[in-house]
Amino acid sequence: MARLIKDRTIVDDQWELLREPVDSDALRALNGRNVILPMSSWLELREALPAHQGFVGVWLKNIELPEAIAPWLEQIPLIALDFPVFTDGRAYSSARELRQNLGYGRELRAIGDVLCDQLFYMSRCGFNAFAMRADQNLEAAIRRLDDFKDAYQASVHSPEPLFRRRSCVNG
Amino acid sequence: MYRYDNYDHQMLADRIAQFRDQTARFLRGELAPAEFLPLRLQNGLYVQRLAPMLRIAIPYGMLSSTQLRKLAYIADHYDKGYGHFTTRQNIQFNWPAIADVPDILAHLAEVEMHAIQTSGNCIRNTTTDQFAGAAANEIEDSRPWCEIIRQWSTFHPEFAFLPRKFKIAVCGTQDDQAATQVHDIGLFIVRNAQGELGFRVLAGGGLGRTPVIGKEIRAFLPWQHLLSYLDAILRVYNREGRRDNKYKARIKILVKETGIEKFQQKVEKEWLALKDGPLTLTEAEFQRCKAFFKDPAYLTLADFSPELEHALNTDVLFAAWHNQNVNAHKKSGYSIVTLCLKATGIAPGDITSEQMRFVADLADRYSFGELRVTHEQNLVLADVARKDLHALWKALKSQDLHAPNLGLLTDIVCCPGGDFCSLANAKSIPIAESIQRRFGDTERLRRIGKLSVNISGCMNACGHHHVGNIGILGVDKKGEEYYQVSLGGSAENVTALGDIVGPSFAQDDIPDVMEKLIGVFEQHRENEERFVDTYRRIGMEPFKEALYGKAD
Ligand code: HEM
Ligand code: SF4
Repeated sequence: MARLIKDRTIVDDQWELLREPVDSDALRALNGRNVILPMSSWLELREALPAHQGFVGVWLKNIELPEAIAPWLEQIPLIALDFPVFTDGRAYSSARELRQNLGYGRELRAIGDVLCDQLFYMSRCGFNAFAMRADQNLEAAIRRLDDFKDAYQASVHSPEPLFRRRSCVNG
Repeated sequence: MYRYDNYDHQMLADRIAQFRDQTARFLRGELAPAEFLPLRLQNGLYVQRLAPMLRIAIPYGMLSSTQLRKLAYIADHYDKGYGHFTTRQNIQFNWPAIADVPDILAHLAEVEMHAIQTSGNCIRNTTTDQFAGAAANEIEDSRPWCEIIRQWSTFHPEFAFLPRKFKIAVCGTQDDQAATQVHDIGLFIVRNAQGELGFRVLAGGGLGRTPVIGKEIRAFLPWQHLLSYLDAILRVYNREGRRDNKYKARIKILVKETGIEKFQQKVEKEWLALKDGPLTLTEAEFQRCKAFFKDPAYLTLADFSPELEHALNTDVLFAAWHNQNVNAHKKSGYSIVTLCLKATGIAPGDITSEQMRFVADLADRYSFGELRVTHEQNLVLADVARKDLHALWKALKSQDLHAPNLGLLTDIVCCPGGDFCSLANAKSIPIAESIQRRFGDTERLRRIGKLSVNISGCMNACGHHHVGNIGILGVDKKGEEYYQVSLGGSAENVTALGDIVGPSFAQDDIPDVMEKLIGVFEQHRENEERFVDTYRRIGMEPFKEALYGKAD
């Protein structure tokens, strides 16, 4: 079973990521398993999902906006955002939007070209799970989450930007 | 100027440790070059023609004498004894070894400097008017705002992998000296009818391959909302900016393709979601930042100084320099002095370590220990008592830093070009020199008057050639270095992009070309008109005719 980083620990991946679109037959065949569907399939099969045994998450391409699934966030146990290449930064914006604007509180997973040197920024944008690219060392990657002790901006963990905290401390 | 507290110091220390680890992994072969690339770029490290190049941030151009001495130290120990000031108020070193860079960064951290986000597809160093806080015609000191933007943009987790680089300029004076309109975001500090402070916001400006003047997307943004609004613009850009083509990836293309109104609506929509949230600036934070830029301990002095008057009447060379390089100050008895780093035969913006130390001492002695770097690649001592001007000038003269050509034809803005840059089509430094040699006569230069010449070695436009009154662009013509000339550009209040005159010229022809252009100007000039105004009045034809003969 694949391993990933979740909430700063290395865990077995309990989910199957379906990179290609699936129809209802294909979904039936996956009954009993936890699956992450492409957003297009998730939207298409939305009505049929309650019948699925196992959890159903959704993953978004870099060009797909969280807005499209906003009405149903309550029912989604996991959202994955894809980095087709690590230099494509669109998913950082989607992550912040999901966490800060839309209040999504469950697992937010980075998938694709996920490299240890980007983990710190990803986690500040709200990702709490990282399905790292296969060649990455997970123990080393966890350490990267502590590259900085503090930051100027707000984040999911510290909702106040530094300037609001600093003025109290420094008088 | 801004001083670091424990938070700033800690972040910088963490950053250096991070980059030290990344560099070590790269040198051990554990980090692929393509994966190291954006990491090193965001720490200012390019790999150039001859060696790596390190670009160090000088936030909004403010530099202390201590910092300048540190730069001199770095020039001596890690480079070849000189540095190069850029058009973005930064400094570049052309010869450091990659393995030394973490140590250089540690040295910089000691004096609260760094190379963070000086390159790469992220938010770059924010720039502003080099006279901020001292100018006679200021609306509001832009530096507290620049510092607020610096902190917001530094290590911004959402915007480290934008489609392309992103540059913000802030202007708080009446005469824009920051080329604000050709930045991705241009912020003009304004007051509304009620006297409240805010920003007029421009977006989508930029030079490079497709030069564009920024368009207004908000006439008045109350200052409290500055950061949430910037977040909103950047988010729209991060999402929708083109990533399929590097040359279409700047925000200017997005704004153009989306249309300004639609773009504006998208920003407003994002902004509504962020507005009044934790990013809303507080009076306390504004005051905290403002306090760093308090006036220095000015003396009470009269504008009239008998010493100065005497020197001006007896020393013609000093008077010429005074006339050209000294500007009005908001405080009586004080002046703003620009040291033109444009002596003939020296690459524009270059400065030796010896000169750096010398200038640092002068700053301590005459200008409260502070300096500014200008986007025209010069240095400014912003708070000099008028009675000290003559002594200062004599000191500058001893180090060849007294070029009296600020704003004149030989105050050329020039990129490193083919001598250093791997992207160049042509050399640019020798072109600058050939022009300076031809127009060596100071009397004549002064008669010609205010005229900006900008040279870039390729269409990336690092030398801002589009906004030069005379712009010179290196092009490749069947493997030979040629130069395309444009006229009428300006980065001032009436920002304009230059018009190309016609077919390009060989390197050796450029001084003659300049001579002909100046000839036409002198022939048509009315009164004390500036070159750019004559051009605007008479148009391209007379210049074209002088260069290429009559069209028939
Ligand atoms: C020697 C190494 C350098 C390299 C490889 C380099 C590369 C580039 C590139 C590729 C662009 C175009 C970016 C774009 O349009 O998206 C650019 C633009 C620019 N660079 Fe450089 N540059 C270098 C040095 C400099 C220097 C020394 C200066 C200042 C003298 C400078 C200032 C600028 C400015 C002002 C722009 C235009 C900004 C705009 O498009 O709005 N660069 N540079
Ligand atoms: S304009 Fe071109 S040649 Fe000049 S520094 Fe920029 S990239 Fe290099």
